[in-house]
Amino acid sequence: MRWLLLKDLTILRRSPLLVALLVIYPIVIALLIGFALSRGPGKPTIAIVNEIPRQARSFDVAGSRLNADEYLPELLKSVNVVRADSRAEARRLVREGKVLGAVILPADITQRLATGRQQPTIDVLYNGEDAVKQRYVDSILRARMADANVALSRRFQEATAGYLRLLLDGGRLSVLGRDLNILGLRNAHVITTGAIAALPPRSPLRTSLGQVAQFGQIAIENLGRSREVLRSVGQPVRVRQTIVGGRRTPLDTFAAAISVTVSLMFLTLLLAAGLLALEREEHAFSRLVRGLVTRLGLLAEKISLAALCAFAVTLVMLLALGGFFIELDWGRFPQWLLALAAGAVAFAALGVAIGGLAREVRAASLLAFLLSLPITFLALVPSGAVSAGLYDVVRTVSALFPFRATLQALDAALNGVGGLAAPLAHLAALAVAYTALARLAVGRRFG
Amino acid sequence: MPTSVATQRATPAALAATGLTKRYGERVALREVGFAAAPGELVAVIGPNGAGKTTLLSILAGIQRPDAGEITRAPRELGWVPQQPAVYSKLSVAENLRLFARLEKVADVEAVVARMLEQTGLADRAGDELGTLSGGNRQRVNIAIGLLAEPPVLLLDEPSASLDPRQRARLWTFIGDQAAHGTAVIFSTHDVQEAERYADRVLVLADGELLFVGTAAELAAAVQPRGGDAAGPRDFETAFVQFLRERGH
Repeated sequence: MRWLLLKDLTILRRSPLLVALLVIYPIVIALLIGFALSRGPGKPTIAIVNEIPRQARSFDVAGSRLNADEYLPELLKSVNVVRADSRAEARRLVREGKVLGAVILPADITQRLATGRQQPTIDVLYNGEDAVKQRYVDSILRARMADANVALSRRFQEATAGYLRLLLDGGRLSVLGRDLNILGLRNAHVITTGAIAALPPRSPLRTSLGQVAQFGQIAIENLGRSREVLRSVGQPVRVRQTIVGGRRTPLDTFAAAISVTVSLMFLTLLLAAGLLALEREEHAFSRLVRGLVTRLGLLAEKISLAALCAFAVTLVMLLALGGFFIELDWGRFPQWLLALAAGAVAFAALGVAIGGLAREVRAASLLAFLLSLPITFLALVPSGAVSAGLYDVVRTVSALFPFRATLQALDAALNGVGGLAAPLAHLAALAVAYTALARLAVGRRFG
Repeated sequence: MPTSVATQRATPAALAATGLTKRYGERVALREVGFAAAPGELVAVIGPNGAGKTTLLSILAGIQRPDAGEITRAPRELGWVPQQPAVYSKLSVAENLRLFARLEKVADVEAVVARMLEQTGLADRAGDELGTLSGGNRQRVNIAIGLLAEPPVLLLDEPSASLDPRQRARLWTFIGDQAAHGTAVIFSTHDVQEAERYADRVLVLADGELLFVGTAAELAAAVQPRGGDAAGPRDFETAFVQFLRERGH
């Protein structure tokens, strides 16, 4: 087997373009998948047209002074802002694709907010060239608008609560520059109950004043809860998140696990399938298995070489990811090696099965490539995305290929979540099964 | 058993096969084929397409197992040269020879490689990749690999197919040299004139059945004279075609 390994390495060394493609292509694909999974377009760039006159940026809401400039940062959180001087400029920036969208704050926004009755309108411009991008910008802006609305709503709540407190406890209220003294319900209740007590026992006023006092008491009790009521109106539902089962994996490291698994799959499948098919294409297979090497020995050689090459490349890739891009737990390095090795062997076994079925290198490579994409997508279908029955089918089919098990093993190795033993056992079983299938494929008629 | 099989030589056999039968489902590819080849003898297996020539050679080479029959030598003892050069085009001539010599567990690899390079006349191209060689030179390397372990019997499946006449002549000189050194050579060919020219004996197969074993002259003599040609057909190819026709093929 040693001589065959050296022979294959020599052939690979003399095919630099093929090797470069074999290494670079899966890495590029994997990185693209990783980027697509771990983040959107990053911070989207949004143009802002602020038409609010400087002197009108401060406004009164229920007696409180608010400044629109305080709320702009809330609106612009998690976006890159480009200031535009006019609507026309904003429209041009959007049309030319220099910004994903534009937000126009109309001049009357603070006046309308100050009335407390008129709802101001913010204009948003999108570029409709790309439905996905449009949806993304829409969701970003809606989220930011929701945050800004919540912040404003909180100020309105505070102002309204102030009014209610004044109504309850009394105090001074400034209206149109004049200070008014407000008695307040509690004080009114004290006065009323005092007046009732001062009345003669048989006074006919006792009954009617008693009704006023009772109403006052009810009003005091209910207005006392007004803060909680206002809070629940402002944010009717509070969200508390609890992760039940599954993995609590950071998206970046999960994306890294997917990227490395994709690279491992492409590289190992293409190499193993191609190396075995090459023996047939060069007509050497029949000569080799006439006693020079057993069929199983030949398969083992191809599996070893493909797995070793893919293991080395993906390990370097993982080291680079951990060293420069994401935070990985280096203390789990031995587990990384185990997961990569098990995945590489299982993929290589699948590769030789493909190579055994195909008659030539090109057919083997095409078959390996065509099989890779559905294997990947099947393994990434999340539960709930399809019906329960279909998901069971997807999960079963996916379990027949090494992608999902490798991803689970790598995820467990990188993030320490979920056990490593089960996916490793799964990969070992798949490696044995695919080697047996390959052995059948390279039966006596092969070559 | 065809009567002509009785004409086999009485010299000690380098290889003998008896009752070889091979079926692919309902189809019988070989039916109780038996013959022997003496050391240094050149035996040609000829027959129409689908006669079972490649099946016979691949069974002798151990690539396929017969459903019945026996062969006196194990496949490992025979040198095997498939029809298509079974060599690695990205390796050099010397590297190909060295690889197979190591796999054959030859005692002195470098000496054997040097000998083969000399015999094939490719010593000056030892470092060239196979992919850059002509078809004839590739075929010489292909045959040289079959001879690395110095087998007593060399099996060649249509060795001269796709070679031009000059390459073919050089190839047969090379093969003839091997036979002269005592190697029994069994080859299949479509070219009956080549069989007549180079083979000591011919085996005629048709539909998996062995119809004739003997010299080319004996086969020509076995054909009935026709019309004004009282001595039988003038050339071997005509005799061969007539021989097949007379036996219903």
